[in-house]
Amino acid sequence: MTSYGIAIRQGFGYLMTRYPNVFTIGQGLWSPWYVGNSMTDLDREFGRERVIDTPVSEAGCTGAALGAALCGYRPVVIHPRVDFMLLAVDQIVTQAAKWRSMFGGQVAVPLTVRGIINRGGEQGAQHSQALHSWFAHVPGLRVVMPATARDARDLLIASVLSDDPVLYIDDRWLYGLDEDIGSPGERELYKEGPRLVREGGDLTLVGAGYSAHLCREAAEQLAADGVMCDVVDLRVLNPLDLDVAVRSVGRTGRLLVVDGDWGCCGLAGEVIAGVTESLEPGMLRTRPVRITLPAAPAPTSGPLERLYYPTVEDVVRRALGMLSIQQETG
Amino acid sequence: MADPSRTASSADSAQLGALADADHCHEALALPGGHVGWLVDALRRMVLIRAAEELIGDQVSQGKVRCPCHLAIGQEAAAVGVALHLRSGDRAFGAHRSHAHYLAMGGSPHRLMAEVQGKYTGASRGMGGSMHLMDLEHGLYGTVPIVGATIPVAVGAGLAAKLDKKGGAAVSFFGDGATEEGVFHESMNLAATLKAPVLFVCENNLFSSHLHITLRQPADSVSRYAEAHRVPWRRVDGNDVVEVAGAAEEALEHLRAGNGPWFLELVTYRWRGHVGPREDEDVGVKRKDDLARWKGRDPIRRLVDALMDEGRLNEAELEAIWAAARADVSKAWDQAAKDPYPPPEALLRSVFTDGA
Repeated sequence: MTSYGIAIRQGFGYLMTRYPNVFTIGQGLWSPWYVGNSMTDLDREFGRERVIDTPVSEAGCTGAALGAALCGYRPVVIHPRVDFMLLAVDQIVTQAAKWRSMFGGQVAVPLTVRGIINRGGEQGAQHSQALHSWFAHVPGLRVVMPATARDARDLLIASVLSDDPVLYIDDRWLYGLDEDIGSPGERELYKEGPRLVREGGDLTLVGAGYSAHLCREAAEQLAADGVMCDVVDLRVLNPLDLDVAVRSVGRTGRLLVVDGDWGCCGLAGEVIAGVTESLEPGMLRTRPVRITLPAAPAPTSGPLERLYYPTVEDVVRRALGMLSIQQETG
Repeated sequence: MADPSRTASSADSAQLGALADADHCHEALALPGGHVGWLVDALRRMVLIRAAEELIGDQVSQGKVRCPCHLAIGQEAAAVGVALHLRSGDRAFGAHRSHAHYLAMGGSPHRLMAEVQGKYTGASRGMGGSMHLMDLEHGLYGTVPIVGATIPVAVGAGLAAKLDKKGGAAVSFFGDGATEEGVFHESMNLAATLKAPVLFVCENNLFSSHLHITLRQPADSVSRYAEAHRVPWRRVDGNDVVEVAGAAEEALEHLRAGNGPWFLELVTYRWRGHVGPREDEDVGVKRKDDLARWKGRDPIRRLVDALMDEGRLNEAELEAIWAAARADVSKAWDQAAKDPYPPPEALLRSVFTDGA
């Protein structure tokens, strides 16, 4: 059994052993705790020339990684929190995502930006954001959100070996997730997309990253109540391929999307719109439902924080509601 | 190798002094001893840039070019002087005003003219326009108009050169306005910390858009930032191609030897407005008064005077250089005008590689 955090570490080990042009750059890479257990001792194993801890310069380091990517390297720039990564938005959105198209396809940009969602623990408004929907909006930037330990490793490998800029977003809340992940494999990222990870028939649950994990847990509980769910793990948010979700909803007639980000102009709305557009009128048996964060910055106070983030129970309750099943109380 | 402490202490890093005075530096250049054939080549390149920019300016006036064009007329010596000492394998990055960098590094006039017309044969296959130029063959790895944006990218190219261990260098061309961006300081600090071989070249033309540097910064020389970041620096008259080339040679020697980055401040002046062919005499304090006097500091005329004074160039040869440059750019324009636009499928084709 391997945890999600260790799986990421294995992905880095795999890449840096086999590909001398892979290096990592970002804040905290020589620290034992900055990025959980996902890069422990990488500097000792591969040397500090390839594992570069940096000044507090998100834009500078991301731009430098882009520059190295144009010159034969496959850098991974690490942002230990998405919130701080926002200081590098120009380099990610306006530079890396545009350079290939803007220069007529003359260059490839094999840059991976790793942003870590690191929330909870009363960290509040500026240490808790996800914002994957923002980035998935941008043509030219692949956005990847692994929900399982195996994907955490193998989608990292696929991201770094992709010739396109990739934003790889992992979630500290998943780091303890254990599974048997087998040996590392090389996949072509452009062929990767959403997966049906559980088959039911009554209802389709869709999520990405930690939200996909919530969907699986909820499906487990719902099965005990006799409700059988399809679960779609989106895995890749841009380009977003909704075929798997459309086929599933075509069978179940019910769509519940969970997203650990805000609702307005977000991923959940995009999934509902895309699926609905692809189905014949009348195929939905109930209104589609989305569960997202409340439209407020993340709170610090414990009781408010417990209200803020969607839980397995929230998903179960809304799912039962869609099936008009009264949940037993107590 | 230069002693960084000497260059850092040889002048006040915060004050341009006479270098910013429009009445100074009008005389013919002081030529170095020995072989000066390279200066005739430099003259040809500068004249080519001037002719290309004048033609593009005219085409903008006539509505034949629609994309924003930021002309480098008056700043030719900066681009040419630095490019003289670049080698195959070096990588340079530019900004919004980079036609001169493109041509100085050996870029094809035809591909430049095609790019500003949005043609498929352009430097960026018609997908970039004037502000997004690329010429990998000659080491120009990209120019973009987001101010300061390519500075960290050049640091990354420097980091790649350091990891390659082949003595390569990265060059970042930017203007004085870019030194007001945070990412410039991040980049200088990062390059200095990583000891990356990056030549930071600031063409201080005293203006960012319509604002004179005295309205944007508490001091007019940006070399003070290099001192703060402990990056060795040199500041020269950016309209003196001999001085620029000498400073670039010294800097690149330092970089290639693995001593980390270097900062060059090239003091110059743009003759046209921020964007387009107009002279913009109506914007900004000082501009109307200064422009005519700055034209007396013409980098081309001063080189010509020096070469003629020394008997290295005569009127007929000079005329032939201008005639050849004008014929080149005009032929390039006409050829590009007949070229096709990108096909509709170009819109989506290069967004991702799709494993191609």
